[in-house]
Amino acid sequence: MSEARTVTHPGSPAGIGPGVFARYAVWIALAAILLLLPYVFSSRLALSTMSLMGTMIVFALSYNMLLGQAGLLSFGHAVFFGLGGFFTVHLLNMAGAGGWPVPLPLFPVIGALGGLFFGVLFGAISTRRAGTAFAMITLGIGELVASSALILRRFFGGEEGITTDRTDVLAFFGYSFGPQLQVYYLIAAWCFVCIALMYAITRTPFGRICNAVRDNPQRAAFIGYDTSAVRFIAFSLSGLFAGVAGGLSAINFEIMNAAQMGAAESGTVILMTYIGGVGNFAGPIIGAILVTWLQLMLSDATKIWPLYVGLLFIGMVMFAPGGIAGLLATQAPVLAARKLHRVLPYYLLALVPGIVAVIGLSVLIETAHQFSIRASYGSELTLYSVPFDVTSPLPWLAGLILAAAGTWLFLRAARLARDAYDDAVSGGREA
Amino acid sequence: MLEILIISTLNGILYGMLLFLMASGLTVIFSMMGVLNLAHASFYMLGAFFGFEISRRLGFWPALVIAPVLVGLIGMVVERYGLRRVHRHGHVAELLFTFGLTFIIKEVVEMVWGKLPADYRVPPSLDFSAFTLFASSYPAFKLFVLLISVAIFLALLAVIRYTRIGLIVQAALSHPGMVGMLGHNVDRIFMLVFGVGVGLAAVAGVIAGPILVTQSNMAGLLGPILFVVVVVGGLGSLGGALVASLLIGLVQTFAVAFNVSLADLFGNSAAAAVLSVWLSDIWRVTVAQVAPILPYLLLVLILIFRPRGLMGTRDT
Repeated sequence: MSEARTVTHPGSPAGIGPGVFARYAVWIALAAILLLLPYVFSSRLALSTMSLMGTMIVFALSYNMLLGQAGLLSFGHAVFFGLGGFFTVHLLNMAGAGGWPVPLPLFPVIGALGGLFFGVLFGAISTRRAGTAFAMITLGIGELVASSALILRRFFGGEEGITTDRTDVLAFFGYSFGPQLQVYYLIAAWCFVCIALMYAITRTPFGRICNAVRDNPQRAAFIGYDTSAVRFIAFSLSGLFAGVAGGLSAINFEIMNAAQMGAAESGTVILMTYIGGVGNFAGPIIGAILVTWLQLMLSDATKIWPLYVGLLFIGMVMFAPGGIAGLLATQAPVLAARKLHRVLPYYLLALVPGIVAVIGLSVLIETAHQFSIRASYGSELTLYSVPFDVTSPLPWLAGLILAAAGTWLFLRAARLARDAYDDAVSGGREA
Repeated sequence: MLEILIISTLNGILYGMLLFLMASGLTVIFSMMGVLNLAHASFYMLGAFFGFEISRRLGFWPALVIAPVLVGLIGMVVERYGLRRVHRHGHVAELLFTFGLTFIIKEVVEMVWGKLPADYRVPPSLDFSAFTLFASSYPAFKLFVLLISVAIFLALLAVIRYTRIGLIVQAALSHPGMVGMLGHNVDRIFMLVFGVGVGLAAVAGVIAGPILVTQSNMAGLLGPILFVVVVVGGLGSLGGALVASLLIGLVQTFAVAFNVSLADLFGNSAAAAVLSVWLSDIWRVTVAQVAPILPYLLLVLILIFRPRGLMGTRDT
């Protein structure tokens, strides 16, 4: 078959041995970044944030095996995350009590097996259909498991969840995994392995068939592939990696809760994956990092932060369906033509009114929020270190003007930027 | 026993008809546009909160008319400037758009009305007992809700059967492409159908608000059940939606009325003792506790034994 021909990119000099170092440069760089990050951000908060990001990267990438690679929109992916996590917690407790000779770094394997088992089970039901019906089925399964979890208290621990102690199990070459730094390295190692494995899967013939089933199921079936079997395998594998993420989360927080399998968690992974970009392997990585950071940063700044994340998501769906990775990928031809200096000023030109529009919008939203809770919290609000009264028309007017003017100027600048981009790209082709 | 049976049947039909008010709009929107509106329950919630706010200022009767119209208009704006834009990115993008909408509507509702339940009461003009059955009295408002939903169902049936617009909708259910070919302004029909569909959901919100709880999580609680109704009934079948709505309404109300667990059924035997160890929680759980998961169990069973749904005619 001509698999190898489709894999090679036009940009890379395939066939000429570029040397091991150049070939794996991205992976070596990734490993180096993961190793060195704690030296750059060494605070306790930064370490736990990065641990959470690592977990979420694995989770979002596993989700993209469905949405991006196989075109399956699932609304119940947190089920596998949660079940993997619960299996890990229970096994950790059993290992701790029984003194099993199993070190902590091997426990995410339990999560993987749990995720795989339920991926096979639920995949057998849901992957017979694709598209909207599949989405509804996963929604139903997600609700089924989440509400069953509240009934089966012995296994899921009811509202409080199940706790564990990661330091109870066998020490690993003297590492107890008590300090957050050691947990970070455990998560980073698993994150690296999972990224590499999931990338490898996209390069196999199976990964390519997934894409074929996504793009044109009829044709894939006509060639002779069983589309529902392909969807089933993709679904099971994606459950496996989600289970690893759940296991990592269980080790990181030492608690699993039924809420972690619910619709909210499934929604979060959709937001991460889509905002990052489903069409690009690196997209979910960017999305997981960005959304986790936004959640932490915005929740400090404002109570209604989910509204901002929701608006960002809707904006992405409407205007940039490729996500952030998609936006970055469209710059590749400009870079290849060495014309970045021609378009960059226009991007900056669009960025300034864009920021103004976002500030105006946030003024409007925050003022409206304070206005609606003024009965119990008063009408005073301090925004961008400017104190004002939300009952006066001034902040509303200011927000409206900033948002409207910013949007208008942004749209004009965006048009200029697009022209510059078209110029640079078409000029590059002629040269 | 007879009392429980009759009251539960009435409540079940009532709940089922409320579900159908929403499921009908959802089904028609899905059949015509191919979009499963994940935000449908959010529009129902908007209807309830608009109804609450308007009935506080103008009274319940104006609210019953104004709130659905307002929500319908919002729905049309969403369709015209949001969905239609996303349409060219494909079905997944449309689903994700409506999914994002659920986030935003929930947050906006929480921003304006807070997270606590709104004090949305039964209007005084309907706050009396309709009839007394055995020892318990049945509130008139519930009867009114039942009448309204049946009336809307009949009106909907009449519109679909006997009017020109209904004819086009019917044609679009089975041959969506052909309708456009015949020169109808499909865009405007889509906008209208979307508006009317979410307007119906809002009617359900206004009349269900006082008997169920009007709170910012009501969309999240009801939404998944609504999608179960649509899948169980068969995607795109109005008759199926009606049957599935009533089925799920009855199943849920009857399940709540029975407080029996497996342990109760088997009593104290040696086998029961063994089973209670092995099944632990499952052994002791009562039917009433299981009620919330029954619709989803039904969904899974239907998918295994009849993947097209009860009355589904076409695959998606």
